[in-house]
Amino acid sequence: MENNGKKLVIGWFTLTCSEDSTILFTELLNDHFDEWKKIIEFRHIKSLKTKNTLEGLDVAFVEGAVSSDTQAQEAQKIRDNSKYVVAIGECACTGMPSASRNAIKREDINEKIEWYMSHFPYNEKVKKLDDVIKVDDMVRGCPMDPKAFSVVMEKYLKLFGVI
Amino acid sequence: MHSGNITIENITKIEGSAGLEVTIENSAVKDLKFMINDYRRFYTDAVKGRPFVASPSFLSRICGTCSVAHLFASIKAVEKSQGIEVTEQTKTLRRLAYDGLMIRDHALHLYFFVLPDLLGVDSILDIPDDHDDLGHTLLHDSFDIKKLGTDITDVIIGAAIHAPYPTTGGFLKLPDESKFPDLVKRLEDVRFQVLRGIKAFYEYKAVLDRKSDYLALRNDARFDFLEGELISSEGKRIPPDKFHNFMEVVVVPYSQSEGYTFSDSHKNYLVGSLARLNINRDLLHPRTRVDAGEYLKVFPSTNIYHNNLAQAIEILHCVDDAIDILKGLKIVDEKPVRKPPQAGLGVGVVEAPRGTLYHMAKVDEKGMIIGYDVIVPTSQNQISIENDLKKYFNENLDKTEEQLKFDAESIIRAYDPCMSCATNFLKIDWIRK
Repeated sequence: MENNGKKLVIGWFTLTCSEDSTILFTELLNDHFDEWKKIIEFRHIKSLKTKNTLEGLDVAFVEGAVSSDTQAQEAQKIRDNSKYVVAIGECACTGMPSASRNAIKREDINEKIEWYMSHFPYNEKVKKLDDVIKVDDMVRGCPMDPKAFSVVMEKYLKLFGVI
Repeated sequence: MHSGNITIENITKIEGSAGLEVTIENSAVKDLKFMINDYRRFYTDAVKGRPFVASPSFLSRICGTCSVAHLFASIKAVEKSQGIEVTEQTKTLRRLAYDGLMIRDHALHLYFFVLPDLLGVDSILDIPDDHDDLGHTLLHDSFDIKKLGTDITDVIIGAAIHAPYPTTGGFLKLPDESKFPDLVKRLEDVRFQVLRGIKAFYEYKAVLDRKSDYLALRNDARFDFLEGELISSEGKRIPPDKFHNFMEVVVVPYSQSEGYTFSDSHKNYLVGSLARLNINRDLLHPRTRVDAGEYLKVFPSTNIYHNNLAQAIEILHCVDDAIDILKGLKIVDEKPVRKPPQAGLGVGVVEAPRGTLYHMAKVDEKGMIIGYDVIVPTSQNQISIENDLKKYFNENLDKTEEQLKFDAESIIRAYDPCMSCATNFLKIDWIRK
């Protein structure tokens, strides 16, 4: 890829999920680390860095479903600091499988589930990402489809004049 | 000397979300909370009512990084419930796929999460782009090692994450034997890189000496992640199907995951690579024992940082084990073993990368799941992590807050916890802490 010295400023975030797309992303680094380091600034990526900042993101990639108001507020904060937001993986795009608990019948919600639901700030229903914030693109799959992710990444690299 | 609160809202370079709150009064730790913050998905309840053949694939979604461990533990539990005995070829292919899992998973933890601590940088992104720099060399070694682990799982079970080929009774699709010679060559080629990593983690001199019992699966025939009996360093022997009876659940009110102690002694224990090396190092592959001999002398160890070294040595063992299997493997065409559904209860215990993993499946006569239970390594280690952090803080309160936070994160990272795993199931018997 031709580069003009600019970098795409990105953040990578995880809500409720297995983090499978994060793991897949770290696998993509096996082949793309040297190339991406030249053209991407990883400003917020908790799985790789301790020193993270949220401000001024070009693109935020958000994995996982929304289990609580706290997570909805976190998503809103990401949205407010990002020019574009991409939902990553099935939990962010559709809610499932993290939203499986939405289908648990009322009579099957036992004392233990009630305990966790009442001691931590769970919403009654798990939501997909675009239920709480505007989403500009989606990369489907469980985990995300790596080819579709590469297409989206290239789209934003071009959009911001990086390549 | 510190007083007041030290808070790490988000511990970084781990799988999932966790935090730490420390309250210090009169030069001592008054309170310390290690909090697992991932939201629960209640998968062990959501799986009820599904056909047993569908449950392993669903439950592999508990975790992205060790999904293969959940997949195999669930398959084993379901097979036990149905009285299904698999073929030797199936056992061998599972062992080989598991070698791939361990190689990739350990390499991710060691090189992406821990290596920056060892080099004194924040992130792999801060490692100099200098071919003469050791950090640069190790990082690029890790790309080869991880990719090889992934490629083994791709060839044998169809994917490294949520693999499609394994099923109850065997495999839906068998691997392409023509791909084995290339894997063998790459495994031989990567050995010197793996050994370079072992040396680096051996020379990482961080110390947090701890005392507790250690627990791991042991199979006297070989170093095995999938078959055996549970052995503790203090001499307990636990058949896998009795594992749950030896555990006591401890509700940790500020954490989204419960903890565990032994039910008889009420003492905490540790699972994972350090436990496996402490208990099973005599069973490592002969080539590994020779080439890593100098480094193996540190075991048995009570230094939690040696969990990193133990993982590095396990990568070499898995490389050597995979070479042996691939060289001798001739694939015979066979279908998964199937039987009419029956009511039953089965337990599957495996060693996941982070330690002992328990799945229990209860199935009705129509083959539907009516009960499910999971005990994961990070939950078992949770109380140990908290106790070790208390010990560390009490002994180091003269350090700067920045140093205390850095060290606390590196201790937690040494355990290689996985919060995604720790928050997806519900326990039955509770003891309030």
